[in-house]
Amino acid sequence: MSAAHQQVTHDLLRPLFHTTWRFFLLVAVFGTIVVFGLSAWATQAYNGFGVTGITWPVFWGSYVTSFVFWIGISHAGTLISAILRLVDAGWRRPVTRCAEAITAFALMIGAMFPIIHLGRLWLAFWLAPYPNDRFLWPNFRSPLVWDFFAINTYLAGSVLFLFLPMIPDFATVRDRSTGFRRRVYGLLALGWRGSPKQWHRLETAMSIMAVAIIPVAVSVHTIVSFDFSMAPVPMWQSTIFGPYFVAGAIFSGIAGLIIAMEAIRRFLHLQAYLLPIHFDNLGKLLLLMALLWGYFVFNERLVTYYGNQPSEMAVFWRTQRESFAPLYWTMVTGNFVLPLILLGIRRFRTIGGCVIASLGVVMGMWLERFLIIVPSLGHKYLPYSHGSYEPRPIEFVVAGSTFAAMTLLYVIFAKLVPIISIWELKAGASGEAGHS
Amino acid sequence: MPKWGMAADLDTCTGCGACVTACHAENNISTVGPDQAARGRAKHWIRVERYWEGTFPDVRVKFRPVMCQQCDQAPCEPVCPTYASHHTENGLNAQVYNRCIGTRYCANACPYNARFFDFFNPSWDKPLHLQLNPDVSLREVGVMEKCTFCVQRIKAATSAAKAEDRPIEDGDVTTACAQACPANALVFGDLNDPESRVSRLARSARGTRLLEDLGTQPNVTYLSRQTV
Repeated sequence: MSAAHQQVTHDLLRPLFHTTWRFFLLVAVFGTIVVFGLSAWATQAYNGFGVTGITWPVFWGSYVTSFVFWIGISHAGTLISAILRLVDAGWRRPVTRCAEAITAFALMIGAMFPIIHLGRLWLAFWLAPYPNDRFLWPNFRSPLVWDFFAINTYLAGSVLFLFLPMIPDFATVRDRSTGFRRRVYGLLALGWRGSPKQWHRLETAMSIMAVAIIPVAVSVHTIVSFDFSMAPVPMWQSTIFGPYFVAGAIFSGIAGLIIAMEAIRRFLHLQAYLLPIHFDNLGKLLLLMALLWGYFVFNERLVTYYGNQPSEMAVFWRTQRESFAPLYWTMVTGNFVLPLILLGIRRFRTIGGCVIASLGVVMGMWLERFLIIVPSLGHKYLPYSHGSYEPRPIEFVVAGSTFAAMTLLYVIFAKLVPIISIWELKAGASGEAGHS
Repeated sequence: MPKWGMAADLDTCTGCGACVTACHAENNISTVGPDQAARGRAKHWIRVERYWEGTFPDVRVKFRPVMCQQCDQAPCEPVCPTYASHHTENGLNAQVYNRCIGTRYCANACPYNARFFDFFNPSWDKPLHLQLNPDVSLREVGVMEKCTFCVQRIKAATSAAKAEDRPIEDGDVTTACAQACPANALVFGDLNDPESRVSRLARSARGTRLLEDLGTQPNVTYLSRQTV
């Protein structure tokens, strides 16, 4: 093993073997916030759903917004890393695992929200088809049941997709540790010895998963969009929702990935591995998605305006220039104007510029889902039943604590697993050396 | 097999609200108190919508009683993940409270906003807890509820007719709202019986259906106003 390779292994394994007070501080802070969020949720379950701001006729609010938001963030990993693997983009190597981990954790968090928002969450298992003596099954015509299957498929697939490339790295950790840690990583490494046969099988499995996960990822967010487009609600019944939601999901996913990468770079001192070129490339990808998102929004708005249906136009003007206009134009600024300026002009497309644009996109995409759900539900057909909705503090606590949960999971993950794939980085370095 | 329907005559409706009160009493609908009601959480399975036309002083008011329209193509039914909202064989949109997990998707899909959510466990100020109708189940926190066309009365009348070995006839059963209406603006009955009062009214030239262009095929007919 060359000195360069040893340096890579040493750098990337350092967070696993050296624990500083900073790690405990992070876990304590974010753990406390998560516990706070869980107790808020328990309060809601105990006292009744009425403690939230949900009311007639706006029966979905911030929880469903957060659900769609987190499922969207989850598109960071799989899509980006699967596509980059398939086209064999060399610069992907330090990025893929960060991205795949986001997918797995964001999906776990996102999948919690349909349960958090249930009126009787203790009966959530009725969504699953299981044999019972009354022959009661879930309603397979319901988009919520499609969600259940789509998200579980995606979660299983992306956990596998995350786990497969970790096997050789688990073996590396196993070989460098002793005692209990050695036994645990030995189990996780599944008997990896690095024989050519094992490598061949791993590569095959990874390419199968990379191909299989892409249609799953696309279908998941299409199905999430069906939650809306299948109901006769003004501005929901749109055929564009499938691709619109998928584009938005990838968009917010890339933004989430850029933010996570910058955090990792700073906290784990991996400046030598996550380079400006990675942010530059992801920034270009984010710019592309911003343009695509802008196109979809323009298209959705134009078709509604041209169709000129009274019920739809009422919702249209509500978001365009009435009560929801401040949120709407904040969304357009964060999702379109800001990325266009910061990423479109080369001078601004630095690491800092990419991170600021990503923060704007993450905020804008949360608002986007909120603006799809709330103005429409508050403004359905009969004017007598128009209404409005404002989130209550408990909803902010629950939604806010999920960001802490994401960070907590990520901090713990980075402590237990090399956050940059060691063997892939080495393979990349050897490949480049071979070519030159 | 009867197909239950209703007709509401907008010419005779005075907007008195007797139907709303009768419905609350018949169906054990809990009141939520002024604070919750102000936040829009009151549960009125039937409501009298008021619309004002013209400008002061030449103002005209229109009343429209709106309850679950018991649609033939009900948007609330396919979206329910657990079949809590489903179609019965005699054309009712049934809501099985015990099967409801509270996704509230049905309420979003309903274009009439005729569905209501139990945000808290129901409670009644004493002695109102003694007046509950034993034929209607109480709903716990977290479930959706809505107008059932007084399904408990339909069941009772059907059983009574069966016991006497005769088909159910027009006038055997009526809903609490129709029974309480002093102006007889609400008429309930079997749409499959061409001679029933509700059938004749449903065929009337004055008959319209609410938001018919959405394709929900409601079973409630509104007789439009003739007086100008």
